[in-house]
Amino acid sequence: MTLTEFIFGRLTWAAIPIHEPILIGTFAAVAVMGVVLLGSMTYFRMWGPFWKNWVVSIDHKKIGIMYMVLGIVMLLRGFADALMMRLQQTMAFDGGEGYLNAHHYDQIFTAHGVIMIFFVAMPFVTGLMNFIMPLQIGARDVAFPFLNNFSFWMTVGGAVLTMLSLFIGEFAQTGWLAFPPLSGIGASPSTGVDYYIWGLQVAGVGTTLSGINLLVTIVKMRAPGMTMTKMPIFCWTALCTNILIVASFPILTAVLVLLTLDRYVGTNFFTADLGGNPMMYVNLIWIWGHPEVYILILPLFGVFSEVVSTFSGKRLFGYTSMIYATVVITILSYLVWLHHFFTMGSGASVNSFFGITTMIISIPTGAKIFNWLFTMYKGRIRFELPMYWVIAFMITFTVGGMTGVLLAVPPADFVLHNSLFLVAHFHNVIIGGVVFGVFAGINYWFPKAFGFKLNEFWGKVSFWGWVLGYWFTFTPLYVMGLMGVTRRMRAFDDPSLAPWMYCAMFGVTLVAIGIAAFLIQIGVSILQRDKLRDLTGDPWNGRTLEWATSSPPPSYNFAFTPVVYDIDTWHDMKQKKYERPAEGYKPIHMPRSTEAGVILAGLATICGFALIWYMWWLAALSFVALIAYAIFHTYNRDRDFYITAEEVAETEAARTKLLASQV
Amino acid sequence: MKSLRLAALAPLAFIAACKPVVLAPAGDIAAQQRDVLVISTLLMLLIIIPVIALVIFFAWKYRESNKDAEYDPEFHHSTRLELVIWAAPLMIIIALGALTWVGTHLLDPYRPLDRIAADKPITEDYAPLQVQVVAMDWKWMFIYPEYGVATVNELAVPVDRPVEFTITATSVMNAFYIPAMAGMIYAMPAMETKLHGVLNNEGTYEGFSSHYSGHGFSHMRFSTYAMQPADFDGWVEKVRTEGSALDRTRYAELEKPSEAVPVMYFGNVAPDLWHAILNRCVDANRMCVDEMMAVDEVGGFGMAGTLNVTELTQKVFTRGPTPFGSQPVVVDAFCTVLDSQRVYGEEQVIVAARDTSPLRGHGLKPGMSLTPTFTLLSAPQRAQAL
Repeated sequence: MTLTEFIFGRLTWAAIPIHEPILIGTFAAVAVMGVVLLGSMTYFRMWGPFWKNWVVSIDHKKIGIMYMVLGIVMLLRGFADALMMRLQQTMAFDGGEGYLNAHHYDQIFTAHGVIMIFFVAMPFVTGLMNFIMPLQIGARDVAFPFLNNFSFWMTVGGAVLTMLSLFIGEFAQTGWLAFPPLSGIGASPSTGVDYYIWGLQVAGVGTTLSGINLLVTIVKMRAPGMTMTKMPIFCWTALCTNILIVASFPILTAVLVLLTLDRYVGTNFFTADLGGNPMMYVNLIWIWGHPEVYILILPLFGVFSEVVSTFSGKRLFGYTSMIYATVVITILSYLVWLHHFFTMGSGASVNSFFGITTMIISIPTGAKIFNWLFTMYKGRIRFELPMYWVIAFMITFTVGGMTGVLLAVPPADFVLHNSLFLVAHFHNVIIGGVVFGVFAGINYWFPKAFGFKLNEFWGKVSFWGWVLGYWFTFTPLYVMGLMGVTRRMRAFDDPSLAPWMYCAMFGVTLVAIGIAAFLIQIGVSILQRDKLRDLTGDPWNGRTLEWATSSPPPSYNFAFTPVVYDIDTWHDMKQKKYERPAEGYKPIHMPRSTEAGVILAGLATICGFALIWYMWWLAALSFVALIAYAIFHTYNRDRDFYITAEEVAETEAARTKLLASQV
Repeated sequence: MKSLRLAALAPLAFIAACKPVVLAPAGDIAAQQRDVLVISTLLMLLIIIPVIALVIFFAWKYRESNKDAEYDPEFHHSTRLELVIWAAPLMIIIALGALTWVGTHLLDPYRPLDRIAADKPITEDYAPLQVQVVAMDWKWMFIYPEYGVATVNELAVPVDRPVEFTITATSVMNAFYIPAMAGMIYAMPAMETKLHGVLNNEGTYEGFSSHYSGHGFSHMRFSTYAMQPADFDGWVEKVRTEGSALDRTRYAELEKPSEAVPVMYFGNVAPDLWHAILNRCVDANRMCVDEMMAVDEVGGFGMAGTLNVTELTQKVFTRGPTPFGSQPVVVDAFCTVLDSQRVYGEEQVIVAARDTSPLRGHGLKPGMSLTPTFTLLSAPQRAQAL
């Protein structure tokens, strides 16, 4: 081993893709944007405030917002992958090979899946839960505020590793679940799968810890009077989601550890030789993977429940039945994983069992749809932006649910598995459910987070771009699935597919418009913030506790912990002509910001990078530093402080004055 | 809404415009699978269409500007309605569940066919056409054991004759799928899966891998010809005469990863080749997986087993060196004199085992003994340590 090999492991100049024009272009664009961003931050002297108010902040609201920003940034990357894939498939017919070679294309579809699930959908979901849930239960912060900051930066660390693979080395070419033996060291000897493993492991620590954190928060920190059956439905769905996270993410961690051992120390858990069994990996990863899809969708079911109830001017129909439905889905989501591989040769009885358990999930899900429907019934529906997304969701998701049940019927799955029909199905539920829900949530809670509403015109452009874009992109994919076209294909023999591919390309262009309009919507809204300003803290005539406080809420959320008497507490308080107390403030005990989270996550990311490139000295060093710093941090006793009663009084008095000026 | 209607009707409206092979297959099994698919869809539409209609109707009727619509903010519970909204999907799922149970058992790919087409039940004993399928990187091999011939990337079957596929793979996972004939089933290394199917109409049909398997995946396609029996016999003759012999050496060359491979014919296929492929012992120095399992079943060889291995010297697609741990190894075959002669001919040097006392393994059941009565080949260096 030479000294260079010792220092840099297997990292050489060859790992820098200077021969790939697309990547060079991307890198140049990223570098220019980065320089502009960093330069303007320096010019406007924003580094100090950025560090103090955001990076080291343990305020759940700021962490929630940072999760959403991470989701949006990664959405752009994931969507760029989607565009490139669609473009490739519109070009590669009848002997045409398109513009991407297999090496490149296979990385793109793998990265698209990994990024969209782990670094777009997951941050969005966690961000919404982080921001909303403590406000809804009347808490001052989450149960473990430092852990929350640490979890966020670990998620960022995972995202950073995944993004680094663009410019240093390569990403996995295995599909988003990296099935062995293809992901084994023999078939995938380069760094791709290692980026995958360590990216997910670092982010997975964050997800698991944040799951524990939010779970404890919901169980232990509800305002007095808020029994479990008076909790807002979004908190119920958050509770179930975090139970799923805590129970399923360790399986992902374990299965990735086993794959790591196969790749690093030559064990044979998932090889085809020496007693290994690749099907074990498939089972384990789907035992995590199926609950994962409910982790993504459940909180958005909560969002839809809140939005539909607020904008119909009614309490949610069938609150109790909604809770039962959520809990039943939570339990059943563990009994269905095998439906992802009916076609791997299980017996008919096993397949039938898992097929039928899968269908049973559609009963509580159907009940939910009906509950939303009857919430609208005899309501006074205000068609504001969030409500648009709910209607689009109810129509789109119902179709996705139907094709999902269809795929749960094994004889039908045998002809549709792995086809574009399947691709269309899960985009139907993920875009139609998760993405529409996230946009409903962003439009709904944005005024709470920033104190002004989002621009309606650009919101509608974004809405129509996404909704029409979805249908134009994925309807052709359903059809091509029925034509027997399988997924992850780079080139096609059959020229009759071309019109369908063009239609999908048109659809994805509409989605691009939807995304661009969303970014414009945020920009325009910031410029028009004075016009869009909401001073009441309750712009939508809301029903739950987060609307009781100011927008944006003060760091302590509530000057007095509210007492809860009914479901839809804030609506109840308004009915009873609740008066904000103007005196009697007490000092508020708050957690103190700490840089420990970002330092620990940084060390973990460096350790991951070193392991990917076989820089053993750096891996060992950063790992030791990680442990040492964690121990050092436990000696930090300066973890809390009091906001004085005077300061609270001042803040609240300012708000009283503002509210008075509105009447 | 327009695009939604398009989605619902697309499969029917475009049946002529595109080639929805899944909805209009040429084989009875795929046709029955299609029937299950269509019946399930119709069953679900019973509830899906009213729900979507109600969403649109309620959204329109209870809009804020419609002051005529009733507004009842206290309407948030109704036991009767709750019963309906849980019972309605339940009913559909009971019907669909029953269909699933029966359909899954009837269309189990492992189940031998009991009919060739809806109006042609099979009453007598019959021998299906056996085809052994090997998913290789990145091409398909089909072995016809009855005829002793094999092909790469081309499959032919007689019309209306049931076919029994036995499927395995050389290195990574693939899925074997001829949409016109029957649903897919995975092809996995060291594992054997089965699929029964039949093609009822003459013609050429697409077959391919429907599970992503790496670099050459997109071109891992083959044509399937459904022929009249006489034509099929002619095709077999053609393969036999045009084809070269397929033995273990030739197979080892084929096994190396290659992409967009043209059709190849082989006559005279070594009869034990399939067993060797499935059990990963085409290289006769390797122990076959079934032998390994048999040895393990009686307790294994204990520590001796860890020595009975050879380091992999050549690059193999599925095994590679890891930064830590030992080099990848293969388990060496125990070789009888007969085996040795078969594989290497007379000139091979046979060395007697140095120690012929009974082996003691941790898992050996009492009273059972494994005496190395076999002799070992001289070739593997490590093996001599025994």
